[in-house]
Amino acid sequence: MKSTRPQSFLWLTLLIIVAIALIPILIDSASLREDLFLTLMLVILASSINIIMGYTGYVSFGHIVFFGLGGYFAFFLMLNYQVHFVLAALASGVGASVFAFLLGIPVLRLRGAYFALATIGINEAVRSFVTNFEPFGGAVGMFFNYAVYDAYGGARNALWFAYYAIVVVALVTVTASFLIKKSKFGLGLMAIREDQDTAQVLGIDPTRYKVLAYACSAFFPALAGAIFFFKNGIIEPGPAFALLRSIEGLVMVMLGGYGTVTGPIVGAVVYERLRAFLITNPNFSSLHLFIAGLLLLVIVLFATAGVVGWLRQRVPLLRRYLE
Amino acid sequence: MNIDALVPSAIDGLMLGFVYGLAAMGLTLIFGVMRVINLAHGPVIALGMFAVYLIGTQFGVNPYLGLIAVLVLGLTLGIVMYFVAVHRVINAPELTTLLATFSVNLMIIGLGTVVFTTTPRAIDMDLGAFRTGAITILGTKVVAVLIAIAVTAGLYLFLYRTRVGKSIRAVANNRAAAELMGINTTGVLALSFGIGIMLAMTSGGLIATLFSFTILAGGVYELKSFVIVVLGGLGNPTGALVGGIVLGLLEGLTTIFMPVGWVPIIEYGIFVLILLIRPTGLFGAR
Repeated sequence: MKSTRPQSFLWLTLLIIVAIALIPILIDSASLREDLFLTLMLVILASSINIIMGYTGYVSFGHIVFFGLGGYFAFFLMLNYQVHFVLAALASGVGASVFAFLLGIPVLRLRGAYFALATIGINEAVRSFVTNFEPFGGAVGMFFNYAVYDAYGGARNALWFAYYAIVVVALVTVTASFLIKKSKFGLGLMAIREDQDTAQVLGIDPTRYKVLAYACSAFFPALAGAIFFFKNGIIEPGPAFALLRSIEGLVMVMLGGYGTVTGPIVGAVVYERLRAFLITNPNFSSLHLFIAGLLLLVIVLFATAGVVGWLRQRVPLLRRYLE
Repeated sequence: MNIDALVPSAIDGLMLGFVYGLAAMGLTLIFGVMRVINLAHGPVIALGMFAVYLIGTQFGVNPYLGLIAVLVLGLTLGIVMYFVAVHRVINAPELTTLLATFSVNLMIIGLGTVVFTTTPRAIDMDLGAFRTGAITILGTKVVAVLIAIAVTAGLYLFLYRTRVGKSIRAVANNRAAAELMGINTTGVLALSFGIGIMLAMTSGGLIATLFSFTILAGGVYELKSFVIVVLGGLGNPTGALVGGIVLGLLEGLTTIFMPVGWVPIIEYGIFVLILLIRPTGLFGAR
C-alpha cells in the first residue's frame, strides 16, 4: 500500500497538468495558450533548478545559461542545417547535459557561496562569448525567416506545435524530478545536501552524484530554451542569458517549497500569475519589481519552507501524499 | 597593435582600478565579517551615483562635497538594510542570505526605475587635464583616485587602529569567541554592513563623476566587484584594492590587443579559473 501512494500522487499531478494544458486546445484560445506556455516553461526551469538546488543543496544562480545554450544550439541547427525541430531540441538538451557534466567536474568541487558565484561567472562568460561569436550571429543574434515554419505547417501551426512540445517537456520534467527524488540516487543527493562529508563516509561518491544531478538539471532548461526560441523566431544574447530570469527561478523554488516535487510547480504558477497581475494592473505595473522583491524578502525571512513545505508542516495528513 | 596606446591605456586602466577596488572592498568586507554575499551591491553603487547627482543638482553642492553626505547616507542605509533583510537570517545557509540581499536588489531597482526612470544621467565635471605627448590624464580621474586612496587608508586605520575596528576583525575571525569576549556582535555586524554599503555608495559617487549612468548601471560594477573580490581573496579588503588595480590594468591593456567585446570573456574566464584553482584569491587571504 505504502509504496503506491507516491506513484498515485505523481499520476494525479501529471493529470492536473494535462487537464489544464488541454483547455486552450479545446477552446482554441491563443492568448490562454501563450499564458500557459510561459507558465509551463517556468515550471520546467524551476523544477530543474530544484534538482540541483533543492535536492543537492547547490545554489545554481546562473542556471539560465543552459536555457540560453539550448536555445542557441537548436536554433543554429535548425537555421543552418535544416534539422527538424524535435531532433534539434533533443540534440541541444544532450549538448547542454554534456556541457554541464564537463563543467560540473571542476565547478561542483566548490561549495556554498563559491559555487553560486562561479555559476554567475559562467553565465556571464558564456553570454559575452556568444555576443562575440559570429557563427551564432554575435550581438545581433539569429532569426528565422517564415519559410522555416513551413515544415511544421506554417507559422500558426508551429505555435501550437511549440505548445505541445512544452507540455510534453513539462510532464517529463516533473516525472524526472519525482523519480529522482524517490530513487536511491535522490536519497544520495539529499544526503549530500544535509552533510556532504558524512554522505561520503557513508559510501556516496559526491562528485559523481553531484555531476549527474547537474547534468540532469541542465537537460530540461535546454529543451525549454530550444522550444522558446523556436517559437520566438529570433534569439539574442541578452534574453537568452538573462541572469534575472535565473534568479526568478530560484524565487519560484523558494516560494513553492525547496526540495519538494510540487513546490517548484506551485511556485512557478503563483509567481507567474502574480507577475502578470502586477504588470497588467495600472496601479502596480511600474512597481512590480519592488513588490516581487518585497515578497521574496518576506518568504526568505518568515516562510523559508515555501507554500508546499508550510502545508506539509501544518497538515500532517498531507505529508504522506504531498511530495 | 599600437604601442603608443600602451602607456595611456595602462594609466587609464590603473586609475579606474582604484575606483573598482573601492567598490569591491565594500563587498569583500561584508563577506569577510559575516559570510554574506551582498547581491544588492550593484543597486547600492547606483544609489551612490544618484545621491551625488541629486545633491549636486538639487542643492548645487560640489559633487566631491556631496560625497561626504554619501558616506553618512551609505552608513545609515547599510545599517537599516542589515536589520531589515540580513539580521534575521544571519546564521542561515548561504542561499537564504543570497536571496535576502537579492530581494533588496529587486526593491531598489524597482523603486529606482520608477523614481529615476532609465534615462542616462551625467554629472558635468571638468577639472582640466594633464597632457604630455600621447598621454592625457583627466583631472576628475586623478581626484577619484586620490579619494579612493584616502577612503582606503581611512578604512585601514579604522580597522587596525581603533577599538571598534579591532572588534570588527575579531568578529570576522570568530563570531562566537568575540561574543564571549563581551563584544556586541549584532552591533558590529550592523556597523560592518553599514561600512560595506558606504564603500559601495562612495565608489558609485566617484564613478558618477567619470561616466554617465542609469539606475541599472551598478550591475556592471557589481560583476566587476565579484571578479575583483575573487582575485584578491573573498573577505580580504587589501586584496580587493590590489585586485581592483589588476582588473583595471587588465581592462586597459586587453583593449589594445583585442576588440573591446572580448574583455568580459577574459574577465569572467579568469574569475571562474581563480575560483577553481585558488578560491582564496591570488594573494592568499588569511
